[in-house]
Amino acid sequence: MLAAHGLTKSYGRLRALDALSVTLNRGQAVALIGPNGAGKTTFSKCVLGLVRPESGQLTLDGASLLGDPGLRRRIGYMPQIGRFPAHLRVGQLFELMREIRRGSHNRTDEDLIHAFQINRIAHQAAGTLSGGTRQKVSACLAFLFDPEVLVLDEPTAGLDPVSVEALKEKVRAVRARGKLILLTSHILSDLDEIATDVLYLLDGRMQFYRPIAELKSATGETRLGAVIAQIMRSADPRSARPEETAQ
Amino acid sequence: MLRIVQYVVGDILRGKIVLGYTGFLLVASFGLFNLGGDTTKGLIGLLSLVLLVVPLVSLVFATVHFYNSYEFIELLAAQPLHRSTLLLAQIFGVALALTAALLVGVGLPIMLYAPTATGFTLIAVSLMLSFVFTALAFLAAVLARDKARGVGAALLLWFYFALLHDGLTLYALFLLEDFPLEGVSLGLLSLNPIDLARVLVLLQMDVSALMGYTGAMMKELLGTGSGVAFAAAVLAGWIAVPLAAAVWVFRRKDL
Repeated sequence: MLAAHGLTKSYGRLRALDALSVTLNRGQAVALIGPNGAGKTTFSKCVLGLVRPESGQLTLDGASLLGDPGLRRRIGYMPQIGRFPAHLRVGQLFELMREIRRGSHNRTDEDLIHAFQINRIAHQAAGTLSGGTRQKVSACLAFLFDPEVLVLDEPTAGLDPVSVEALKEKVRAVRARGKLILLTSHILSDLDEIATDVLYLLDGRMQFYRPIAELKSATGETRLGAVIAQIMRSADPRSARPEETAQ
Repeated sequence: MLRIVQYVVGDILRGKIVLGYTGFLLVASFGLFNLGGDTTKGLIGLLSLVLLVVPLVSLVFATVHFYNSYEFIELLAAQPLHRSTLLLAQIFGVALALTAALLVGVGLPIMLYAPTATGFTLIAVSLMLSFVFTALAFLAAVLARDKARGVGAALLLWFYFALLHDGLTLYALFLLEDFPLEGVSLGLLSLNPIDLARVLVLLQMDVSALMGYTGAMMKELLGTGSGVAFAAAVLAGWIAVPLAAAVWVFRRKDL
């Protein structure tokens, strides 16, 4: 469904993506894992049209994502840091996003809006929201238009335990309905619960891309954190220092 | 795009900065008109104030707005929107909010004290300057990744156009006084939107002594009618070119 072919992007001398080729399919929740600077963010940003790759192709069902911004109506994005215009009320923020996406969706998905009780804060100025509440608003906006592809950047960071569970539940439900989810998180135990596959990046290249269940049986470990740590120790001398946030 | 502009304007107008800007302009305008008693003096004082303050506020406010809205602009850029639509909506939103402040803070006092051709010209050029310097500010902001650099560049632009350019022009013309320089001086004048705005207002006033060297020369060269048309056209170019450049850069920018 979502295919990268020879995707390359450099920042100065740093190769953030080095001829990355990978295909992601419906019904997958792919966890992007790798050390800092491995290209996780650059890859997500290419999918979202925020970063322009120098070369290579990026397609959604065969149509290039690098040209027509209209294709982004099929993608939802939850950024790591949600910051909204300070004086806009939360309700107006939703109106604005609905306006931008007008005509681009058949149904809207308001499950999270109800789960997070966003209507209670609709009259608050977006600039006065706490970090966790902003995160909830970001999540609602990402899921609102029932997109076929969801890019979630550190979705659980800053959320209270109840909301984390609600969000995980939502991710699992949406994936079961055949959506593609692209996840980055430093909390591997969260990824363990919601991701189906791991795409491990190192220096802008794909190290491996396998289903989590397969990885677990191959390594004999039961936790994703332990799986990743074991693979990194055995595969790459650089990984003598383990993934810093592995749990 | 209009809807996004509307939300940007609404957001800015609910903030305190534009309110403060409006209040400052109101107090200064009423003060200047009541100080001398003569409305011409009041207008000249207001002109000097507007030519300094409007570019400065537009530049600083617009760059800071861009960097403060960066995460939201990024979120909008991930939506099914053209980059050009997104940036133009931000620029027009900021410029229109500043325009609203000027209409109340400068426009209202002028309507009360000096509803003359000169007064209306002053309102018109102050609005145009808001657009010119908002566009320049966004150009600086999309070029500089870092907030400090962007705001610094904006301040340098102000320093150059408000203070340095006229001095340099005068110095250049002084050095080259033996040559026929009418065309050159007109060209140098065109390179500074603040000078163009000053000349546009002063051409209505017939006080060439205050025009500065380039302004006086332009009046001699072009006369009032075609002078106004020329200056207004070049000033419009000062809006269009930075706007187009900012959009060109933003469309290719990695967010």
